Amino acid sequence: MASVVPGVIKVALLVLRKDIAIEARSREIVYTTLLFAVSCVLIFSFAFVMEEGVPVEGAAAGILWIAVAFSGTLALGRTFERERYGETLRALLLTPGSRAAIYAGKLSGMVLLMLATEAVLTPMVAVFFHAPFFARPLQLTVLLVLGTIGFASVGTLFAAMLVRTRTRDVLLPILLFPVTIPVMIAGVRGTAALLQSPPDEAVATLWIGLLTSFDTVFLVLALWTFEPLMTE
Amino acid sequence: MKKLFVPLVIVAAAMFAYAPVAINKVPLESTMLLVQKIFYFHFATWMALTAAIAVCGVASLISLFKGSKVADWYGVASAELVVIFGVFGLFSGSLWGRKAWGVWWQWDPRVTMATMLVLIFLGYLMVRKYGGPGSEKLAAAMGIFGAATAPFVYKATDWWRNIHPPTTVMRTLGEKFPAAWDLVLYCTGAFLLLVVLLLAARVRLEAMRAELDRMYLALED
Repeated sequence: MASVVPGVIKVALLVLRKDIAIEARSREIVYTTLLFAVSCVLIFSFAFVMEEGVPVEGAAAGILWIAVAFSGTLALGRTFERERYGETLRALLLTPGSRAAIYAGKLSGMVLLMLATEAVLTPMVAVFFHAPFFARPLQLTVLLVLGTIGFASVGTLFAAMLVRTRTRDVLLPILLFPVTIPVMIAGVRGTAALLQSPPDEAVATLWIGLLTSFDTVFLVLALWTFEPLMTE
Repeated sequence: MKKLFVPLVIVAAAMFAYAPVAINKVPLESTMLLVQKIFYFHFATWMALTAAIAVCGVASLISLFKGSKVADWYGVASAELVVIFGVFGLFSGSLWGRKAWGVWWQWDPRVTMATMLVLIFLGYLMVRKYGGPGSEKLAAAMGIFGAATAPFVYKATDWWRNIHPPTTVMRTLGEKFPAAWDLVLYCTGAFLLLVVLLLAARVRLEAMRAELDRMYLALED
């Protein structure tokens, strides 16, 4: 057992390093995802900014999370499209490591990418929608990290299993959004609690706890079902 | 099951025929009056939906890990039942909400999450229809995740505390209003029997479809 666990981590890190190396050279997904997220926020500004140029109160939390979910879906589709296009998915699945390790590697790459997008997105929404996002930076970061893990854990599994399907582009959001709704509700509600003045830390902590439980359930299920799902 | 099917259909038909009479007879509840009568079918619908979700979750697990065809048939049959009972339950809830809360649709957490459950199982059916070859596996994953999200729907009301009655209402109903409680159990029993019958009929249809496919293939060889 002692040799199995480091082996899993090693394979996961290798997959992660591969994804980072490709992304560092092409920067394709990070740029397109970021630009898409920015466009999302701009479209929301038409809906939620009144004539006087003052945004609707309390809209910022929802806008941030919708932009995260939409751009995340796009990135999920792209990262597996690249594997399919390069015909490397089969090679990846043939590696002599456990499938769970490949999933873990792919998931960490996805989480890092989404967090990088959020690092730009959050200050932008804060400025555009006059939201005090940085009143409680630590709790906001925890909410974003946990929410991203929850969203990406289901997303990575679904994107991977849909990769051989012709209709994957439409099926991914159709399947992913309803399943990750608990994560979205917790993320939006928790962020909204932090945006109140004064920030409602007790409520935010409650949602952080719920997010942790959602993440645990989703991660365990995804690690467990990845192997049979990716077997032909 | 084959021998029992017709007698059970008769029992179910009799139960559903008697249900309106029984609901008419039970005394009115003091605060909600006539509107509250919809509750007997509303609650029973959601219990039927819960049963169908449980069947779908277990069937999806078995079909994914064991590759069992029969489990897959149960999965698709129960997913369809989830959607049917979910739509019916949302509809009856909407009618009730119109009278009790004054609005057709209230973004109460329980209602929201129930809608999401219906969407999840619609997704299950979509994947099967448009997923192409090997879509049973993808649908099975959807069934597993759908069933895993379901308990959160149940607890949602306790966590959020909104206008939908919390789940403790059901636990105390038996002491406060025994006649209503008995009728709730009766209606739930009738709906669960309906679930079993529909499931059996739908699984048989899938089995016949598979048999037909097999015969076509045998003919071509």
